[in-house]
Amino acid sequence: MAKLHIVNKSPFERSSLDSCLSKSTEGSTILLIEDAVVGALKGTVVADKLTAAIANKNVCVLGSDLNTRGFTEAEILDGIKTVDYAGFVDLVAEHSNVQSWL
Amino acid sequence: MKFTLLINEGPYQHQASDTAYQFAKAALEKGHEIYRVFFYNDGVNNATRLAIPPQDDRNITENWAALAKEHELDMVVCIAAAQRRGMLDADEAGRQGKDANNIHPAFRISGLGQLVEGGIQADRLLTFGD
Amino acid sequence: MSENIKKFMFVNTKAPYGTVYALESLEVVLISAAFDQDVSLAFCDDGVFQITDNQKTDGSGMKNFSAAYKALGDYDINKIYIEKESLEERGLTLDNLMKLTYEDEDDDWAEKDSIHLVTRAELADLMDKQDVTISS
Repeated sequence: MAKLHIVNKSPFERSSLDSCLSKSTEGSTILLIEDAVVGALKGTVVADKLTAAIANKNVCVLGSDLNTRGFTEAEILDGIKTVDYAGFVDLVAEHSNVQSWL
Repeated sequence: MKFTLLINEGPYQHQASDTAYQFAKAALEKGHEIYRVFFYNDGVNNATRLAIPPQDDRNITENWAALAKEHELDMVVCIAAAQRRGMLDADEAGRQGKDANNIHPAFRISGLGQLVEGGIQADRLLTFGD
Repeated sequence: MSENIKKFMFVNTKAPYGTVYALESLEVVLISAAFDQDVSLAFCDDGVFQITDNQKTDGSGMKNFSAAYKALGDYDINKIYIEKESLEERGLTLDNLMKLTYEDEDDDWAEKDSIHLVTRAELADLMDKQDVTISS
C-alpha cells in the first residue's frame, strides 16, 4: 500500500512542501492541511510543481481549512481533490503509513 | 482501525491541536478507535485546566476532555516535557514540593514509553505539529 | 521478523537549539530502544545540523545534548541515514558530522559505522517501508 504525506506549511514561507514532493514516491498521496492549503490555489508560483506532482501522485486538500482561509474548491488547481475530515480519516486508513512533513 | 495521535504544539498558538481534535471526532464518528492521544513538546500545554479563553472562542482543553469522556479516550501527557514546562498533576506537585498543580483530570501524566507503545499497538500513528 | 516488531523511523528535519524539537525527539528515540523495535533515524533538510561535530554551547548557555547521539550505538540504534543532497546544499560533508558507531555483537564486537549516506531517492524508498514515522 502507498503512503500518505501530510503537509501543513504554506509553501510561500517554508520548504516542507518541496521536501515532501522530493521524497514522496509514485502512487503516494499528499494531503495539504492548515496553512499548506494555499499551495493548492491556481496561479501561484508553486502551481507548476503541484501540477507536475498530480501526474503520478494523488494530491488532496482539506476543504474546511481552505474555506477557513477564504477560498473554495473552485479556486484550486484541476486534479486536486477536496476532502472533509471524514475523507481525511479514510485517507489515513487507506494508506499503509503516514508521515507529517513538519 | 486503531489510531494513536501525537500532538506536539500548544493550544491556540498553532492549529495542530484543533486539527487533531477534528480528526479524532471524525474517526470516532466513522467507528474507528482512538487508541491514545499523546501530548508532547509544547503540546503538553493542551492539558492545563486553568486556561480562560474568551467566551466567543473554543475551549480546546474542555473540548478534548468532553470527547475523552464520551469515548473513554486515553489522553497522556509526557511527564518529562510537562515538568520542563511547569505542567503538574497533584501527585507530581506533591512529590516535587510545588505549591500548585494545573493538569485537567481528563488527562494523565506518564512517560514517553506510552508514545512508543501507542505506535506499536495502533494501526496508524499520526503526528500533528509545527 | 516477528509480527510484533514494527519499523519505526524518526525523521529529523529541524536544526538543533533554535527550537526544542531535536532534543525532545532524541529523548523519544532513546526510549524507543527499550521496546525492541526496528528503529532507524533519518537526518535531512536542516536536521543534518543536529549531528555536526564540535558543538560548543558554553557561550549560549544551551544544554549541549550532542553527546547523546554518540550513545545511540550502545542502545542498538545503528541505522542512521543522512541525506546526501541535504549535506551538499548546506556545504557540508560527512567530515563535518560526528562519528557515530556501534559494536557489532555478531562480528566479535567490531566497531562499525552507524551512519549511512543515502541519496534523496534512496531515503524516499526507506521512508515508504516504515510502519511508524515520527517526524519533527
